[in-house]
Amino acid sequence: MATKKLAFVVKTLPYKTEASRLALTHAIASQTVEIYLADGDLVEPVVAFCGDGVLNCLKNQKAMNLYGLTSIEQHLKNSLLLDLKVLYCKEDMERLGISEDSLIMDAEDIGGETKAHIVSFSEIQKEMESSDHLLFF
Amino acid sequence: MGKLTMGCFSSLVGSLSLDFAVKLTDAAVKKGHKVDLWVSGNATMLSKKGQKAFKDYSALEKKIQELLATGNFQVTACEACAEARGYRKEDTMEGFKRHSMDWYLASCFSADRVLHIGGD
Repeated sequence: MATKKLAFVVKTLPYKTEASRLALTHAIASQTVEIYLADGDLVEPVVAFCGDGVLNCLKNQKAMNLYGLTSIEQHLKNSLLLDLKVLYCKEDMERLGISEDSLIMDAEDIGGETKAHIVSFSEIQKEMESSDHLLFF
Repeated sequence: MGKLTMGCFSSLVGSLSLDFAVKLTDAAVKKGHKVDLWVSGNATMLSKKGQKAFKDYSALEKKIQELLATGNFQVTACEACAEARGYRKEDTMEGFKRHSMDWYLASCFSADRVLHIGGD
């Protein structure tokens, strides 16, 4: 029985490329990975948004209205609904002038109980150091 | 010998990231390591059979077949990403697997090293 921690570090802008969406869909796939693993083995994901990546976490995204696509917001809320650990870099929020009020902090509207956390980059570094593998998106 | 898992998200044509991933795979397999290559997003283009080898464009089908023949290499495309781009199961080159994203995470689980090359 083992647990491997994977850190999904998102530093790319939303919608410009597919990267941040794929980061979230891959992290969410941790919920079904057991079908490939031995009994008791687990993958523990942590998703951290830093640099320009924090712009993925803005509320009220309109991708469905404008492009007919699920928004990064919907994927983020699904991640929180599934109790994934989601971190936002405090310093990058400040750099971009983003307040907590403008970010997706929970998924209460779809029944989620887990909240996202605003943390300093040093906290994100600690998460990366304690991870078995890093995946940068 | 170790196991290397690589994830690549860049397209076959338009970027040399997949060329790099396959060259690195070749080097690792020649050293006796096992390699799992996961292609997602635009990189699922690599799974398409019948690629024509022009000198001006990357063409990796032959090398992929050589690597598969070693028995120390697996290559898997994200099924949803492939289908979204119109690459159907019947379009997939021989030996190329198609799975959902959890396959990649499971491969990361048992890997000694993970190299996530990312996208465009």
